[in-house]
Amino acid sequence: MKYAFYPGCVARGGAPELYESAIAVMQRLGIETVELTRASCTGAGVLQEKNRRLGDVLNVRTMAMAEQMGLPILTICSTCQGVMSQANHAVQRNPDYLDEINAELAQEGLVYRGSTVVKHLLWVLLEDVGIDRLKSTFSKELSGFNFAPFYGCYIVRPSDALGLGENPQRRNSLETVIEATGANVTDFPGKTACCGLPILLINQQNSLKMVSNHTGAASDAGADAMVTPCPLCHLNLDGYQPRARKNNRGDAADLPIIHLPQLLGMAMGIDHDKLGMKKHVVSTKDLVQQLNTNATGSQPRVPQT
Amino acid sequence: MQANLKVKRYNPDEPQPRVRYQEYSLDVLESFTVLDALIQVRDEVDGTLALRCSCRASICGSCGMRVNGRAKLACKTRIAELAPNGEQLTIEPMGNHPVIKDLVVDIDTFFNQIRRVDPFIQPDSTPTQGEFIASSESMTNLLGVMNCIMCGACVSDCTVLEVDDKFIGPAALAKAYRFVDDPRDDRSSERLKKLNDEHGGIWDCTRCFQCVEVCPKDVAPMDRIMEMRDMAIEAGNRNTPGYRHTESFIRSVRRHGRLDETRLAVDSIGWTNVPGLLREAPVAMKAFTKGKLPPLFPHKAEGNSAIREIVEKAEGGSK
Ligand code: SF4
Ligand code: SF4
Ligand code: FES
Repeated sequence: MKYAFYPGCVARGGAPELYESAIAVMQRLGIETVELTRASCTGAGVLQEKNRRLGDVLNVRTMAMAEQMGLPILTICSTCQGVMSQANHAVQRNPDYLDEINAELAQEGLVYRGSTVVKHLLWVLLEDVGIDRLKSTFSKELSGFNFAPFYGCYIVRPSDALGLGENPQRRNSLETVIEATGANVTDFPGKTACCGLPILLINQQNSLKMVSNHTGAASDAGADAMVTPCPLCHLNLDGYQPRARKNNRGDAADLPIIHLPQLLGMAMGIDHDKLGMKKHVVSTKDLVQQLNTNATGSQPRVPQT
Repeated sequence: MQANLKVKRYNPDEPQPRVRYQEYSLDVLESFTVLDALIQVRDEVDGTLALRCSCRASICGSCGMRVNGRAKLACKTRIAELAPNGEQLTIEPMGNHPVIKDLVVDIDTFFNQIRRVDPFIQPDSTPTQGEFIASSESMTNLLGVMNCIMCGACVSDCTVLEVDDKFIGPAALAKAYRFVDDPRDDRSSERLKKLNDEHGGIWDCTRCFQCVEVCPKDVAPMDRIMEMRDMAIEAGNRNTPGYRHTESFIRSVRRHGRLDETRLAVDSIGWTNVPGLLREAPVAMKAFTKGKLPPLFPHKAEGNSAIREIVEKAEGGSK
């Protein structure tokens, strides 16, 4: 399993713990990666607001690099996944458009034929690693924990560009992975809603209401933490949870927002510092403590094949 | 085949009105839609069930409701597709609309939003004779939005309307686009300015794709909103944090090939907006002490000169 690795800007910026934990986890899973260091930002849908075509050029450029390497792209950011899938979908359906974009990439000696597959780590776990193999890397029992899945927008919509019709397993991929760790899934209404980040700096009041609604509902439903495949959701749900909860519910931020690779790392028994568990605004201390207590009597699980 | 429905019920005329769910199991034809099944329930099982429908052919837009949590036209949703093995389907009224009874919602909410965008052509002159002629090419761009059947599905599932009923909403904003871009309308710039400035306008959409996903007519309201953001900027509306946010983002990609999150925050709030900056400072400090603030000078992508050329070609030089 070898991939062209596209971590995305947030994993290299505001959420370094995502990058660190992903690297550690992929090593355990035997996933080989070559990082796409020359790639640009995907535009995150923001650049596309003003100039969609420019966004497509930048993303096709990245996908052309991977195509040249003969590798599928692996990303750890839902937003990057969504935006690249949308660009891929647009050019794959429209050869003339692809030609136009290729003309702009020619001076860098790049050309895209439309063959690159872009997959979030979440999908790689289900489709390439396989749940049994994944389970075989787990050594700590997470049963007794309650985790609320939070997909955010870009990995579930628009469903045609993301291939959810052909790959129905993607629709509840997060629940599948949480269950694989032995933990319980906490269901709540907002799991595929918006985290509010895109309007944080534009209409903060609305953005914070979203943060408060989602983290509050998951908390009320008994979640010990929320798990997300999207670092942008993490930034808002974690960083702004204290203010959001205080302003809207008058209570304290109590729900750690953990990245998908951190969940896997916990189940694999990877050192918590290596997973960056301290780099959270809403403390993961209780979670980690509980995990340590839990782990004393736990048995490494054998995959059932 | 078997259909199993779990329907949300609410009757304001009961002595103590309360919301409850009622389950129905019935034998239906393979070809049945959710609407067919509900009509069968009403006709044969429970005459008190309230629902709204008319055309039964996804034209009139009156049968919008939530099926398994997502807004759909009941007459366009086949049971065999969603529940081939008799899985239970949860049927609820649309969201973001007040419920009148059972599955019937008050559509005033929807039409009040539509009214906010002055949904009629406002020309400055009258044609010297006959009617205004619009070329076929100038109208093709509007075909998508003109397909709207006012069903309210997008409004039902809009994530911003869930927290803010002042938002104009996806259907009305798509409608606004329809007039902004109509060659016969002479109020485009006023319309754009208003949509840019007012609370609940184009910058309040959070780009969540819900409206694109649920619209039964491929109107893609969000895409229209994004086009209007660009149009508003091009028309000189540069007074919003949303504009500064987008501009700063593009500038960062041009300079570094990557996103510079620190600059993005400061640019969006505005360099001279000291109270705004101070308000965000505690969050930034907290993130900093947790070791997670983005670097002040972001790593550059290795190919950043190539990226700069692409961005400059598309967006013009340095600003
Ligand atoms: S994309 Fe915007 S208008 Fe559409 S549902 Fe989401 S917030 Fe509402
Ligand atoms: S835009 Fe689509 S979902 Fe919204 S009211 Fe019109 S037809 Fe219905
Ligand atoms: S009944 Fe007319 S659209 Fe469904």
